[in-house]
Amino acid sequence: MNMIVCVKQVIDPEAPPASFKIDTAKNSVVPPAGVPPVISPFDEQAVEAALRIKDAMGGKITAVSLGTGLLRDVVKKPLSMGADELVLLEDPAFDGGDSWSTATALAAAIKKIGEYDIVFCGRQAADWDSGQVGSGLAELLGLPSVTLAKKVEVMDGKAKVERVIPDGYEVVWVSLPALITVSNELGEPRYATIKGIMAAKRKEPIVWAPADLGIDASQIGATGRRTKMLRLFQPVREGTCEIIEGEDESDAGANLAIRLSEAKLL
Amino acid sequence: MADNKGVMILAEVGDGKLAGIATELLGAGRKLADDLGEELSAVMVGSGVGALAQEAIAFGADKVYVVEDPLLKDYRTDSYVAVMEKVAKEVMPKVLLMGQNSVGRDLAPRLAFKLDTTVTLDCVELAIDPDSKLLLQTKPVYGGNARAIFTSESMPQMATLRMKAGEPLARDDSRKGEVVNIDAGLDASAIRTEVMEKVLEEVEGIKLEDASVVVSGGRGIGGPEGFEELGELAKLLKAAVGASRPPCDNGWVPDTMQVGLTGKIVSPDVYIAVAISGSSQHLAGCSGSKNIIAINRDADANIFKEAAYGVVGDWKKVVPAFKEKLKELLS
Repeated sequence: MNMIVCVKQVIDPEAPPASFKIDTAKNSVVPPAGVPPVISPFDEQAVEAALRIKDAMGGKITAVSLGTGLLRDVVKKPLSMGADELVLLEDPAFDGGDSWSTATALAAAIKKIGEYDIVFCGRQAADWDSGQVGSGLAELLGLPSVTLAKKVEVMDGKAKVERVIPDGYEVVWVSLPALITVSNELGEPRYATIKGIMAAKRKEPIVWAPADLGIDASQIGATGRRTKMLRLFQPVREGTCEIIEGEDESDAGANLAIRLSEAKLL
Repeated sequence: MADNKGVMILAEVGDGKLAGIATELLGAGRKLADDLGEELSAVMVGSGVGALAQEAIAFGADKVYVVEDPLLKDYRTDSYVAVMEKVAKEVMPKVLLMGQNSVGRDLAPRLAFKLDTTVTLDCVELAIDPDSKLLLQTKPVYGGNARAIFTSESMPQMATLRMKAGEPLARDDSRKGEVVNIDAGLDASAIRTEVMEKVLEEVEGIKLEDASVVVSGGRGIGGPEGFEELGELAKLLKAAVGASRPPCDNGWVPDTMQVGLTGKIVSPDVYIAVAISGSSQHLAGCSGSKNIIAINRDADANIFKEAAYGVVGDWKKVVPAFKEKLKELLS
């Protein structure tokens, strides 16, 4: 199995909400001081999905990441988890893109990589939550797609995917090659092993610029955008919580019941 | 662009009636169509769905396009993309809306790329800009920490609307509208996926989305036993039990109980958050609740910023006393 996994470096979504700041003049998010970026958690789960298939039947996993200012320690995480190759689309020209320009560049990179049976993506990136690069890639590459996978197995040249639906899951079979997006229900991604970290340290990523992909600069990054962001803002929270107190914690609990019934809420 | 006209919504059908999201989209779409001074149409795709066209009209549609084919009985990406591409090219709407659910979040992006246009997923607000007449697409980003407003000039302007973000109109069976059948024209061999079975993980008791009271537990609950205690409280209140992401990821409760950006969106009258810190990604699923009640040990927990009432304390001490007092008050 040849597998490609798209991973994105993002601001750590687990950073405390109070550390989240916006530069309204630039319509951009200010990275919180002292909190290093991470691989978007859904993308880590996409790497995990590929690794489980590699564990079961062998294969090669190539991680692809697009962005600028990619920290090697961060983007090498898939390698330290067990992926085999890392391709970085790192060039200022890729900066400021939307789902269209990102999918266009990734599609060109995947074509250049050439051989693949499955392309994995996370269900959405933890920064812009756009949730469309995976499906967009599938369309640009002409592949069938299954989104929101919680389990992926390969049998008889097809992938068997458990796809999350509101009250459970559906079992979908898809012919290969295919694109699959992975949801958090897949479960925790594995930790990097010491051996994996050592191997990742030695491994140099392949870096491609737009010219290497044979795509025109007008199609990628900010110039390739098709959506315009008018405004980025933080919703105002009212913050008028009535704290119910008591002699001790139990008493406070009882008082809460009294207060809620006075307010006719329960 | 000058040729594109009107607002179109995808009206899904479930259990033999119009899905909740369909009426919400009709409500939101009606407002946009009126602001543009153009028509609102609904597309109904499936097998035997045409009988419900009149219902879509009663909830606000001027026109209903019905596409029926036995191959459309189950949602499958390839068949639905093909049909919606055909409809969009024939009707040429200016705005095309779907629900942010397991259909819309799969169909909308793929269709947008196929139609060479853009889409904004998970919008919580949609409006027409009075000057440019473009669709203003407001969506939460960064796990709900911020919101962004997007526009696009490529047609149709596509968006998915978050569940419960749209307000349905009152049903009016006297409304008149037109029903148009469109041939599916499907090629079965072009459908590259097959749905073998659906596995429903039924949760006991009241459904989360329908409950007027929800009791939810977070990481601080500590394990599956704690959720049994929350279940007893829920039973007393005729409430549904939910969870933030960590209890689901840890396998303490089924994934179907998850409330949040990556789970269910609920908007009950009362949402009792027990040992939930209030991450943005969780609040994305419950901030539409009329009253949030927070029980948390950490007085600085983010959940207190959203809550109307709160107790700072260990849930293991607070909840039993709360339950006992409620029992007394309710009897």
